[in-house]
Amino acid sequence: MSVAFTPMETRLPLDPMLPQPAVIQAIQPEAAGISTFTLKFSDPAEAAAYRFQPGQFNMLYLPGFGEVAISLSSDPNEPGRLGHTIRYAGSVTRAIGRLKVGDVIGVRGPYGSAWPMEAGLGKNLVLVAGGIGLAPLRPVILAVLRERQAFQRVVLLYGARTPADLLYTAEFASWQEHGIEVHPTVDIGNESWRGLVGVVPQLFYRIRVDAKQTLVLTCGPEIMMRFVIYEALARRIAKDSIFVSMERNMKCAVGFCGHCQFGPSFICKQGPVLKFSALEPFFGREDF
Amino acid sequence: MAESLPRVSARVLLPKASFQRVFDNLQAAGFTLLGPTVRDSAIVLEEITRVEELPLGWCDEQAPGKYRLEKKRGSRYFDYGVSSHSWKQFLFPPRRKLFSIEKHASQWTIKPNENGPGRRAFIGVRPCDLNAISIQDHVFVTGEFRDPHYSHAREQIFVLAVNCSRPSSNCFCTSMKTGPRATSGFDLALTELPEHFVVEIGSEAGSEIMRDTGWQLATAFDLGRAAQVTEQAEERIDREVRTDDLPQVLYDNLEHPRWDEVATRCLSCTNCTLVCPTCFCSTVEDSCDLRATVSERTRVWDSCFTLDFSRVHGGNNRPSIRARYRQWLTHKLASWIDQFGFSGCVGCGRCITWCPVGIDLTEELQAIRTKATP
Repeated sequence: MSVAFTPMETRLPLDPMLPQPAVIQAIQPEAAGISTFTLKFSDPAEAAAYRFQPGQFNMLYLPGFGEVAISLSSDPNEPGRLGHTIRYAGSVTRAIGRLKVGDVIGVRGPYGSAWPMEAGLGKNLVLVAGGIGLAPLRPVILAVLRERQAFQRVVLLYGARTPADLLYTAEFASWQEHGIEVHPTVDIGNESWRGLVGVVPQLFYRIRVDAKQTLVLTCGPEIMMRFVIYEALARRIAKDSIFVSMERNMKCAVGFCGHCQFGPSFICKQGPVLKFSALEPFFGREDF
Repeated sequence: MAESLPRVSARVLLPKASFQRVFDNLQAAGFTLLGPTVRDSAIVLEEITRVEELPLGWCDEQAPGKYRLEKKRGSRYFDYGVSSHSWKQFLFPPRRKLFSIEKHASQWTIKPNENGPGRRAFIGVRPCDLNAISIQDHVFVTGEFRDPHYSHAREQIFVLAVNCSRPSSNCFCTSMKTGPRATSGFDLALTELPEHFVVEIGSEAGSEIMRDTGWQLATAFDLGRAAQVTEQAEERIDREVRTDDLPQVLYDNLEHPRWDEVATRCLSCTNCTLVCPTCFCSTVEDSCDLRATVSERTRVWDSCFTLDFSRVHGGNNRPSIRARYRQWLTHKLASWIDQFGFSGCVGCGRCITWCPVGIDLTEELQAIRTKATP
């Protein structure tokens, strides 16, 4: 089984682990402990060449602290301005949280698979998000807004722990004006909350869709996505019409470090967006 | 002698008295030699310059959790199974600086680590280890992304393979179809006879190194004796793994009680992944000066047996040893095939030898197979 090795030039090729400096253009607070950082590459050529698709992610690097995989949450039609909605959860993201406009972050990417925008043309899209899981779906919404007529019904089922944890609420009205149905829910309400209280998968009971003409795109805690899949399957939506964005520990994003493996898939390469049919034997399995 | 250099794919006879000449030719061509030698009662891979440094007359005894060396009378340089080290450490070093960054206000100067190890000759590569190198090539070189550190080191090596004569009791290359005879991927491949080597020329570079060594074309008799060496080696291997249905057997038994049982023995010490010649997982470390002006990124070996390996915010995806052992074994023998088209195991047996509690993956696979759950 030994395979011949093809020699190459002896100079070191460019290391895919090398970050490119990018400057923070804006920091938009979204919720408690969550902000959207808009970045622009320092190198104009890099900024001009960069493109991404909804669902892809970048590796953001702070020298001395480390690197984190963060989904792009901005408009793919404006690839010169890279939005990353970041929750301050670990040592690197907390350090990013202390940065100011004008500071520099290392960026490399984009990596990973994308949401099935082409397969969704002419179909209904049901976007199901929990918490920060809305961030990688926002580029889908922004792409839909630009070509609203290219899709049938577009529905967002979205939940967070409390009303204060809901992201992008200021944009909901504009999304709705463009014919996107937005159904928010929270786990715990407060005095001013007049919306729904309950878990995200329950929101399926508020919509009716033609299973054959519908794609489900979901991102959130795995336990949420498990029940989202149950609800979708119960409505006879096909396993390969359900798309799941997965999260795993990730050190390299290029298939070298091995950390993000989920069965046969490298979440950095075949993922993060995977068809449920590809995940099924392993999804929801304890400690996998 | 009809010609001064043997042709590629020719098989020639080299007197052992001329073996140092091969070493000299390699060094004259600018290669640093890395090869087996005895240190701390084990055969390790280190820089050598002379044939006397090879483990002449040393035999190893390997069993689950056991490794012993014994000096026997004899004139064989390569009379052992596999070295304790694999070649992985030279192409994918345990620590490798990736780059440094110097920050001055908003100006970053990024300096990639472009230091390469130079030309190196691997002396005495076993066929299983040769396959392991080819497997790591697929991880680091031939995929969508290419690792420059590995590629750079890889393209500068000269491979002198040695076919096996005395496999250890932990060897199972015959099951994994990686040995005991090297079929490709080498510059020279030796089969050791009492007074001679039969040398197969694998490349132009290999042919060149045979210059002035006193080689002659091997006779049918020599070739017969060389064939006997590897045939006998093959007969001595009694450890066996059935591989034809292996991915499915593992995927069908992800909740097998054996995973719980092996977890009571496994210490999660990471030894198996470190000695494995194909395990490629790594992590990165950042360090910086006190003013955080200059920082460095270093890639270091990691293991799926550590708790940190699968940690994400809010928890760990594989908190139990059961989950981590299952990940290692199913990756090595099942999902590796999905990812790369071949198994990640070459049957070298190091993980069995160097497991401090003697866990034997061939035994684990058999247990999972024979008491398969529906």
